[in-house]
Amino acid sequence: MKVGVVTFPGSLDDVDAQRAVRIGGHEAVALWHGDHDLRGVDAVVLPGGFSYGDYLRCGAISRFSPVMTEVVAAAERGMPVLGICNGFQVLCESHLLPGALIRNDHRKFVCRDQRLRIESSRTPWTSAYDEGAEVTIVLKNGEGGFVADEPTLDRLEGEGQVVARYLGGNPNGSMRDIAGISNERGNVVGLMPHPEHAVEDLTGAGTDGLGFFTSLVERAFA
Amino acid sequence: MPRVVVDVMPKPEILDPQGKAVLGALPRLGFSGVTDVRQGKRFELEVEGEVTEAVLADVHRMAETLLSNPVIEYFTVHLDETVDETVVTA
Repeated sequence: MKVGVVTFPGSLDDVDAQRAVRIGGHEAVALWHGDHDLRGVDAVVLPGGFSYGDYLRCGAISRFSPVMTEVVAAAERGMPVLGICNGFQVLCESHLLPGALIRNDHRKFVCRDQRLRIESSRTPWTSAYDEGAEVTIVLKNGEGGFVADEPTLDRLEGEGQVVARYLGGNPNGSMRDIAGISNERGNVVGLMPHPEHAVEDLTGAGTDGLGFFTSLVERAFA
Repeated sequence: MPRVVVDVMPKPEILDPQGKAVLGALPRLGFSGVTDVRQGKRFELEVEGEVTEAVLADVHRMAETLLSNPVIEYFTVHLDETVDETVVTA
């Protein structure tokens, strides 16, 4: 599959995400925030970083970039979209995902190998995992506290839209230990931890993140 | 030039770590009696011409669309009547 990785001004992990896409067996296509088309990609990754310097709010300016108009339209047609960290913030600001991400409750930047439980394998990004699988993936954020009102949280839990949950202590104050969610349809996934940093034994905490990038293929052949 | 002010604040039920940090700093500096601090943002918009109801309605839409995130923040819009060139410093 052709997987687009968007680079915004201030994106940090776009090159790692492209690399993870390739290791996952796909063609990585670089997309620029000013692009008005998605260059024929089959899926899109919004990478981590500090797009537009996190000015105003994380993801608030990126939401209105030309490429996001295309990403929103494609997501609404069912295209798989994965937002990692800052990408998750962009997806919330774009209203593709409910809720918002606020400053960590302890006010410090957190950077560590984080244990997670994969709660849903019914998304195109997590079908390679067994539901309930425990994985370790790098987490690094300053504003990773997931918040939403109680009815929204209940709906996310009830509809199986919680994709990943923190294990071994809540690292950032996220409500109900939520590390990642999907939209109702399941094609749009936002995740605060960084699976693209956990795809090779050479660096990082291992290869537990690779499933996010191999899932696309497994779904295509399913 | 007339100025319209938009104040954006975190909703009461949303945790405000920055406000908490300020609250924690005050007693360390010898200031007492403050029981809570909430930190928000103030936007000052210089607008062309007269500030009509239509202009205020526009600003309201700007605040909803871009300046605030309604999931976590609320905002108020008001006309700044006291445009004063004098800047008072301590």
